[in-house]
Amino acid sequence: MATNLKGRDIISIKELSKEEILAILKNAYDLKKSPKPKLLDGYVMGSCFFEPSTRTRLSFETAMQRLGGRVVGFADPSVTSSKKGETLYDGMKIIGQYVDAIAMRHPLDGSARRAAEATDKPILNGGDGANQHPTQTLLDLFTIKECQKKLEGLDIAMVGDLKYGRTTHSLAQALTHFGARLYFVAPDSLQMPSYICDELAEKKIKFSLHSKIEEVINKVDILYMTRIQGERFADPMEYEKIKNVFVLNAKMLEKSRANMKVLHPLPRVGEIETNVDTTKHAYYFEQAENGLYARQALLAMVLGKIK
Amino acid sequence: MKNEKQLRTFKVFAIKEGTVIDHIPAGQALKIIQILKLYSHDHIVTTGLNFPSKTLGKKDIVKVENRELTQDEANKLAILAPTATINIIRNFELAKKFLVEIPKQLSKVIFCPNPKCITNHENMHTLFYTKKEKVGLKLQCHYCEKIFSQNDIKEYCV
Repeated sequence: MATNLKGRDIISIKELSKEEILAILKNAYDLKKSPKPKLLDGYVMGSCFFEPSTRTRLSFETAMQRLGGRVVGFADPSVTSSKKGETLYDGMKIIGQYVDAIAMRHPLDGSARRAAEATDKPILNGGDGANQHPTQTLLDLFTIKECQKKLEGLDIAMVGDLKYGRTTHSLAQALTHFGARLYFVAPDSLQMPSYICDELAEKKIKFSLHSKIEEVINKVDILYMTRIQGERFADPMEYEKIKNVFVLNAKMLEKSRANMKVLHPLPRVGEIETNVDTTKHAYYFEQAENGLYARQALLAMVLGKIK
Repeated sequence: MKNEKQLRTFKVFAIKEGTVIDHIPAGQALKIIQILKLYSHDHIVTTGLNFPSKTLGKKDIVKVENRELTQDEANKLAILAPTATINIIRNFELAKKFLVEIPKQLSKVIFCPNPKCITNHENMHTLFYTKKEKVGLKLQCHYCEKIFSQNDIKEYCV
């Protein structure tokens, strides 16, 4: 089935059909293999980052520039009129008049959808508060497909802060298209929220909850690690007790499947020891690189240059 | 000497034209007056609290003279008073009776309980999608996408 994302906003992963996701991944693969440095010649992307970001912002901006497009924007809202009290709606309406597409990140939940109401130009959501971060999910799916040569029927574990981590929520939702078997490894207080579990159950996706990495590490194709933030715990003692339970080291990988790859949305702090980096299982740096191709594919598709 | 039943009619007298909102869960009548902006209605609005009710235990009643509530207006009460019945009165007679229906979308009715939702930071309307559960209702914010139960809703757009 042909897909056409021309003019579309990419706000939430749930709004993309399986066919659309697969088309984005195919285009990302093609652009990784054969770069197209003139594809977006003459186009301008607005890069509107109302809160700090390194990988997302730089990979969006590089993606545009490596396709021959130009970038205007800001990485610090204090230099914009939002500091003078301008609403997001007004700000985005005006920026939309200058550029062809907008990549944005904003600290408030729902801000990307609000921005999309202000302008007809496609909005690419690079993170709206704790809500959605669809381009991260697309690059995660691209990376899983790249390292496993397939997306269907994989065994995938997600580890760490599954309660507040938006990347694991979106990834779990996206994996419902591909019949994954999911394992959620987290302290009780940071387990996957019930509304996500309900959604998985409704779609007949098999999943189970675990409290130790060791319970699942030898059963999976993908170990998706995330960071547990100390500030999530009211009691610092509680954090001290559990933080080392969710740390991965090279020794733990000895009996894992040969094809098993470790992913992480990065930045990591201490949850993957550096001795994992040199094992055949480490794939998180490649994952970060793939952000470039996933975002290139999206930009080219919403600007109507490829289907 | 009138018996107690007859006296009751004086406590909440019949209206000639208008709407009787009955079977409101006890304690919600004043909020309903706010949501429907009945405080600025030109005619008499009578409110009764804590009437005995077979089904609810206690109930509130609101009588609005010279105004007929529409189904869409009644549906705004879906969160506060899902049990409410709407009685349209014409010339002292019951002309029409209908129930509150839970609409698929609730626009401009409730505020999002998520303090980090954009709707609480810009001058804009709210929009929620409703989903009936076995018990009660789930509400998903169109903007922040968070899902809430009826009990999470604390503020109404008035």
